[in-house]
Amino acid sequence: MQLCLSPHAQIDKIMKYYFKIFFFIIITGLFAGVLVCQAEYDYIDINNPFLRKIPIAIPFFKSIGDGPEAAKASVAGSDLLSETLEFTGYFKMLDRGAFLSDSQSSLIAPKINFRNWTFIKAELLITGGILIKNNVVEMELRLFDTFKERLLIGKRYKGWKKDQRKIIRRFCDEVVYHLTGKHGIFSTKLAFVSDSTGNKEIYICDFDGHDPKRFTHNKTITLFPAWSSSGKQLAYTSFIRGKPDLFIKNINKKRGFRLVKKGIQIAPAWVPGKYMLSATLSFSGDQEIYLLTGEGKIINRLTKSRGIDVDATWSPDGKKMAFVSKRSGTPQIYIKEIASDRVSRLTYDGRYNTQPSWSPHGDKIAYSAMSGTQINIIVIDIKSGKLLKLTDGQGDNESPTWSPDSSLIAFSSTREGQSKIYVMTMYGTDQRRLFTMAGEQTDPAWSPGFANK
Amino acid sequence: MKRRLWISLALLLIIPGLLLTVSCAKKAVQSESEVIQPEEKDNSEAEEAARQVEIDRQTEIDRQAEIDRQEEIERDRKLEEERLQAQSLRAEEANREMMVARNMFINEDIHFDFDSAIILFSAQDLLKEKARWLEENSDVTIIIEGHCDERGTSAYNLALGDRRAESVKTFLIDLGIASSRLTTISYGEERPVDDASTEEAWAKNRRAHLIIE
Repeated sequence: MQLCLSPHAQIDKIMKYYFKIFFFIIITGLFAGVLVCQAEYDYIDINNPFLRKIPIAIPFFKSIGDGPEAAKASVAGSDLLSETLEFTGYFKMLDRGAFLSDSQSSLIAPKINFRNWTFIKAELLITGGILIKNNVVEMELRLFDTFKERLLIGKRYKGWKKDQRKIIRRFCDEVVYHLTGKHGIFSTKLAFVSDSTGNKEIYICDFDGHDPKRFTHNKTITLFPAWSSSGKQLAYTSFIRGKPDLFIKNINKKRGFRLVKKGIQIAPAWVPGKYMLSATLSFSGDQEIYLLTGEGKIINRLTKSRGIDVDATWSPDGKKMAFVSKRSGTPQIYIKEIASDRVSRLTYDGRYNTQPSWSPHGDKIAYSAMSGTQINIIVIDIKSGKLLKLTDGQGDNESPTWSPDSSLIAFSSTREGQSKIYVMTMYGTDQRRLFTMAGEQTDPAWSPGFANK
Repeated sequence: MKRRLWISLALLLIIPGLLLTVSCAKKAVQSESEVIQPEEKDNSEAEEAARQVEIDRQTEIDRQAEIDRQEEIERDRKLEEERLQAQSLRAEEANREMMVARNMFINEDIHFDFDSAIILFSAQDLLKEKARWLEENSDVTIIIEGHCDERGTSAYNLALGDRRAESVKTFLIDLGIASSRLTTISYGEERPVDDASTEEAWAKNRRAHLIIE
């Protein structure tokens, strides 16, 4: 069997290599012969991009080639594109039933009757063509401004059929980058904790909940996944040795480091741009936050107050650390400036504020606030101290984590009974469950933005 | 049966006695007058009866002594048996008490207020009892587990559970227990004893639980 397969595998390998290069060339170059405009005005309001969603029409892709497989691929591809873009919260997906024109016939600019689209209030239009042949998929995708009657982006892709999702996500990233000036989140991942096996273990899924895979096999309580800023390591706490110990694991090779100290070792948080992380350790008898190397060696102690200091999160420049301290009697969030050692209190509202998460944009911190018996997610503007309550009256909402573009927040909620992972925009709109999985899911951690590969 | 045995035993003694008396009397008859012979014969008969009574009495005494001795042995045996029984009962009792004390030591948790690791006044007696038990069982080392209720967030609760376990450890050290015998582990909110979301369940779950290593 092995011998029979190996030539195929070799050919596959060569083909793959060839396609990779081909793929790269195609996407780096712009679609030939078409004038592409740069964005001349803001499609998306930076101040609140979710206040007014852009109406966008995505008709079914035109399938080049015949047969039921081609038709199926057309529907699946256009649906996936639509769902992926909708996930961002920037767009209002227009109902295909309202489309006037025959979407399958007019996909190229000169032939498109833009008035048919502006009539149904579509401001953007994405057309696509798809060809599937021998496990290889070819796609042409175009974004138009219907009012200006202009092509904004045109791309042609070629890859393995199984990589169709990747291709569509890449085009979505082009679209979002064109409209916002920032790369999207379509190649990011989420780590989270699930007890579906009976033990809390760490899992990793795509940003949209697709393809969850188990990462740890510890058969005991495992908590607090934390991505390094390169996205190559995951730190977490596990009871493998009977108590909460810190582990640092390489995502791919799963090799790693363990911290050997008595007491608890919890809530790791990586310093952006550095191969360093902080964690709360209690070997001294007091729960203090320490700075560690990426190999889990202690560099120094960062907090110096008796009582609980926990839940560190770092400013994107790595110069400040927000954390939870009980120094004033109740758990509140403080900010420490590392260079000056100065500590200032951030939260005054309520008697239980924990789990701060610094937005990658740097100006806001999301956290979990308990009032009564309910926990809700609040975003505080660091400069003004203004609060925005994002969840309310729907169970406990905990563990906020920002998407690397600061546009979305994932969190866990018990609104439907068991704890599940949800996502919402940074303004609390578009709250929805990310995926369905047995058991309870908690502790989501959004990966940093990976290089587009 | 017994009675008949005694009678035959008595007869066995009487008959040779009588024979002896007769032969003696014959000798006397030979040496003394024949007139008094019947009288002498009467006398010897009376003597014989008296002796018989005496013998009977003696036998009876011996018999009684034997019975008493047997009874005493039996009594002693019983006493010894009772003593042993009492001893094992006492040992059992002590064992049971030890088990009760041990179980109490394990099963009775130290409870805390919400978001607090302070040893409550009401928990101090329980901790003193635990310290006494630890003094009496000086070879035992224990693990102090710190737990929280489900409210609050997980990392903070792990830290809080750690503080609760440390509070108990400090209290026991202050009561003279060697710190080398005390290990702490925090489980935060991960291992509730009651899964319900009620005040009652929360109060039960905010605890330090002791385990004998």
